[in-house]
Amino acid sequence: MTQTNAITTRDLKLWYGNFQALLGVSVDIKQGQITSLIGPSGCGKTTLLRCFNRVNERYGNVRTEGEVKILDKNIYEPDVSLAELRKRVGMVFQRPNPLPISVYENVVFGMRIHSPQKLTTSDLDDAVEKALTETGLWADLKDRLDAKATTLQLEQQQKLCIARLLPLKPEVILMDEPCSALDVEGTKAIEELMWSLAGKFTIVIVTHNMAQARRASHECIFMLMGEFVEHSRTEDLFLNPRNPKTAEYIEGRYG
Amino acid sequence: METASKNPFAPGEFERKKDQALAHRKWVMFGFCMLLVLPLIAILVDIFWKAAPVLSFDYLTENPTNKGKEGGLWAPLIGTFYLVIGSLLVVTPVGILAAIYMNEYAKDGWLNRTIGIAVTSLAGVPSIVHGLFGLGAFVLAMLPGFNAMLGLEGDEKWEAGLLTASLTVAVMNLPVIITSTREALGAVPQSFREACWNLGATRFQTIRTIVLPNSLSGMLTGIILVVSRAAGETAPILFTGATFFKFIADEGVEKWFPYGPGEPFMAMSMHLNIISNQISQMPENMKFGCAAVLIALILIINSFSIALRVWLRGRKRW
Repeated sequence: MTQTNAITTRDLKLWYGNFQALLGVSVDIKQGQITSLIGPSGCGKTTLLRCFNRVNERYGNVRTEGEVKILDKNIYEPDVSLAELRKRVGMVFQRPNPLPISVYENVVFGMRIHSPQKLTTSDLDDAVEKALTETGLWADLKDRLDAKATTLQLEQQQKLCIARLLPLKPEVILMDEPCSALDVEGTKAIEELMWSLAGKFTIVIVTHNMAQARRASHECIFMLMGEFVEHSRTEDLFLNPRNPKTAEYIEGRYG
Repeated sequence: METASKNPFAPGEFERKKDQALAHRKWVMFGFCMLLVLPLIAILVDIFWKAAPVLSFDYLTENPTNKGKEGGLWAPLIGTFYLVIGSLLVVTPVGILAAIYMNEYAKDGWLNRTIGIAVTSLAGVPSIVHGLFGLGAFVLAMLPGFNAMLGLEGDEKWEAGLLTASLTVAVMNLPVIITSTREALGAVPQSFREACWNLGATRFQTIRTIVLPNSLSGMLTGIILVVSRAAGETAPILFTGATFFKFIADEGVEKWFPYGPGEPFMAMSMHLNIISNQISQMPENMKFGCAAVLIALILIINSFSIALRVWLRGRKRW
């Protein structure tokens, strides 16, 4: 396969204080694909995800070694601007966390904080319509743009959290168990949205739910105790796992 | 009767005793609760009853005459007003910025924890000690240097007055503002901050656009709490600028701006203190009138604070 890689890590190690959460992880995540990170609790999948936009560093006593290349640039080099990095690498959380402002302001929030001068109303309006259309919210919300985002249904909130990344033209969208607070319908809607965004964006999703990884990803990475175990096409990983630990996990022997 | 004796859940002797004891204990605790409330009501009724003959609009707007035995409360009332404003001008920016630093910027290390303990300890310092601190730090140490710097001589020199008293009251109220602001900031869900960081917002952008607008209500309640403390405390202004008596204009602009920042001023709490026990043959009504106005002032400010909090809390939803 000649696909280019969106994210490559080499020997990535991370410590929270004295506890080492990542023990030298090297993975290649392909551009435009949905890659799921699976593994039991505490295996380091969320930690790895948070390394990709360096938001780990906001959580206190964290030390990182090794390299993470995104767009062929090691993001741990000192000349990397965190603001620029996070524009290109967005994050979606477990619990929808729209900001307590209007739907409209949520979508343009990123544009506003990254723009040195005042943006014109028409630019902002266009961006809102485009982002909401891409996430399938436009029809429902076009008359309620002034509604407070925290009053929407959870599914709409989560879609809005994805929509607000789009005006920043991200390269990669990171999702940390994006459906675990949603019901069946909401989960289905978010998964459909992921498929429609794949290709344009590289999506990395952490999930606890093996069935979801199976349904909603092209590739799958299995991790255990802070170590990389296996990475292959999703159907291969679930049908023909190469590593016995992977096989036991997907059979549900532990987890 | 057959059915009654068959009740398998009938209370035994022990259970009946327990129920009785429960009822007794409830009444004892209710009694202690009343012990708390009744004296308060008694005091309020007593004060307002005895104050009633003097209470009137003129009582508020006229200056005291004949050592406070006659006239109204204007001079101390306006003095307290400026004292409150002055101390707020100092304590609000310092306290809020300090709290923002401690809550939003500082890493949770020994330094931040030490500062936290220091703030809590400062809150426990008796107000008379703050008064002495103000005397030493602002009146005796700061003012001479200030006068020398501005080259003020003789009568032009600033004395202990509104400035020094405001600073002292501000220091006394600093821990209250810091604590209430930190609580208000802490009540903003962490997930909002995470959302901002992950969109590439800096800490300051996060604070300005999301954290501050959502913690304003808590901060306001803290500020209002501080207002009533600044209006009510005597000890911190005793040595730092409040005076027994001062003649001020009865009308015109001067009536509204009677005290310069470097001049001694009258204040409600101080005035009450003086007329209650320093002046012989003070009519009872005047003492109680002053107490009633001071209490009413503080009650009004506090209920305003509670109303504001309820209103702002009702408005935010997440």
